[in-house]
Amino acid sequence: MKLFRGRYRLRDSALGLLFIAPSMAVFILFAFVPFVRIIGWGTYESRQGGQWYKSVGFSQYWDVLSGHEFREGLWHSFQFLLYTVPAGLVSGVLLALAADRKLRGIKIYQTALSSTIATAGAVAATVFFVLINPVVGIFKVDWLNDSHMAMFGVSLPAIWQNLGLSFVIVLAGLQAIPEEIVEASRLDGYGPVRRLFRITLPMISPVLMFLAVILMTSGIQAFAEVDLLTQGGPNEGTETLLYKVFKSNTPVSIGTGSVMAVGLFVVTAIVVLLQFVILERRVHYD
Amino acid sequence: MTDESAEPVESDAPVLVGDTRPSSTGPSPSSRLSHRIGWHILLSVLSLAVLAPLFLVLVNALSNPVRYGQASATRRLLPVDVQWDVFSRAFDEQNGAMAKAFLVSAIVTALIVVAQLVTSALAAYAYAFIEFPFKRLAFAVSIATLLLPMEVTVLANVRTIRDLGWVNSYQSLVLPFAAAGFGIFLLRQGFSGIPRDLHEAARLDGFGHLHFLVRIALPLTRPVVAAFVLVSTLLAWSSYLWPRMVITDPQRRTLPILLKDLSLTTAERSNVFAAAGLIAFIPVVILLIVFQRHIVRGLTAGAVK
Repeated sequence: MKLFRGRYRLRDSALGLLFIAPSMAVFILFAFVPFVRIIGWGTYESRQGGQWYKSVGFSQYWDVLSGHEFREGLWHSFQFLLYTVPAGLVSGVLLALAADRKLRGIKIYQTALSSTIATAGAVAATVFFVLINPVVGIFKVDWLNDSHMAMFGVSLPAIWQNLGLSFVIVLAGLQAIPEEIVEASRLDGYGPVRRLFRITLPMISPVLMFLAVILMTSGIQAFAEVDLLTQGGPNEGTETLLYKVFKSNTPVSIGTGSVMAVGLFVVTAIVVLLQFVILERRVHYD
Repeated sequence: MTDESAEPVESDAPVLVGDTRPSSTGPSPSSRLSHRIGWHILLSVLSLAVLAPLFLVLVNALSNPVRYGQASATRRLLPVDVQWDVFSRAFDEQNGAMAKAFLVSAIVTALIVVAQLVTSALAAYAYAFIEFPFKRLAFAVSIATLLLPMEVTVLANVRTIRDLGWVNSYQSLVLPFAAAGFGIFLLRQGFSGIPRDLHEAARLDGFGHLHFLVRIALPLTRPVVAAFVLVSTLLAWSSYLWPRMVITDPQRRTLPILLKDLSLTTAERSNVFAAAGLIAFIPVVILLIVFQRHIVRGLTAGAVK
């Protein structure tokens, strides 16, 4: 028996669809349907403290996305990225440059330098809860209650946690540089500094782009740090976009929260698509 | 992201441990003794700097919190009035909540990883070896889920779980993560490195699809499978937002959620909280030390072609 002008055999078709059914079911139930639902919820405005809802179309989108709450959340998320992404790139390059060499016991150093990969967000937050605490901390600073320092304070666990990931990704990039190129530049009389800026960094620039995207994605999705260290305070000063979405899980704010979740999707999508563009370009230019 | 991106089965992902490049000829600078010692010193300092936060938390955990809080800044770099029983006290906290949370986290992580492996292997096999309608579309849809992480859909997912009456249940913690787009992508890439001839020959020899998948495809792509399983373990173990949303019963708390609750403790008991943080860290550190190569391969997949 043939289907689709003989391209597919019925048995194969049934089997293929059967094999993809479990994953598809999960994706539909917990990714696509919920996504469609929040888009819809975003068009409903809550009335009388969430007792009933009025369909207002996409005007609520305009109100929320151009409003103060959303801008605040976006700004705090951006600050988080500002503290964590450049720090991750620089620390990754420095650690990887130091550890990319033949040396007795280099594996031990590499394990130590990559150790924070395994850290959960909540554990990293716990670590810095203890480190920077005005009462019982090792460093008695009150950054988390200081509106100017709080965003930096909640970024610290992520900066530490990212060290391991940044290190292994950059190291992988360095180890992929062909030895002949390094050798040739050495024969050409390039010193270490010139070699770093003229050869090494350009060679690993795609890897650094990749790392930047990963750091951005995980920064946008950072949550445990804020929830555990500040609960969004002081004065909502550390409420990132995701934290605002989390907080709006109430009848009153579910509509506006859904709009912010869609906003979060757009931000995430831009970053992820950026990654695909970078990967695509690499494939073509290699 | 296209079909041409097929890679060999033994994908030569970056090898963190052991550099396989041919050593350069002639005496390289690093072979000189003084240079070597210099690098050892630098790398030791860097390693200690990365590990310092953990050491300082250990110091804090072992100290008497009140006395520690009163000690001078330099004195706080070492334990003050050591209390060795803090780790056992962390386990006694809230009527043994730590052990309970450990168990819940372990069960949930295991279920998620097994579910992801099964659903991803089946789907990846279909995408790699079986011809069926809408194949490319279905694959694209699976990968598109990377754009719809739990962070985006959480509000509606919570409602789904509530409507199903699944709040505080194991299935609420596991089912939303029972499939993973990145797993399907990784495994399909691994499978497409298996020669079609091998597949056809095995089929002619009477191997069923499932038989081929379990006995040949998965063993042949072991490095990819291991990388996927380990990364998925780390992600499941550290999951925070979702359990925070659907777990209200203390008996069903995962470790990260228990840490959140313990963080609300008083200053006099902060050492127990610090100890709990370290205890939650230990299993993944063991994983990292034992399986470092696979974890690195999983995390850097895509970074280096």
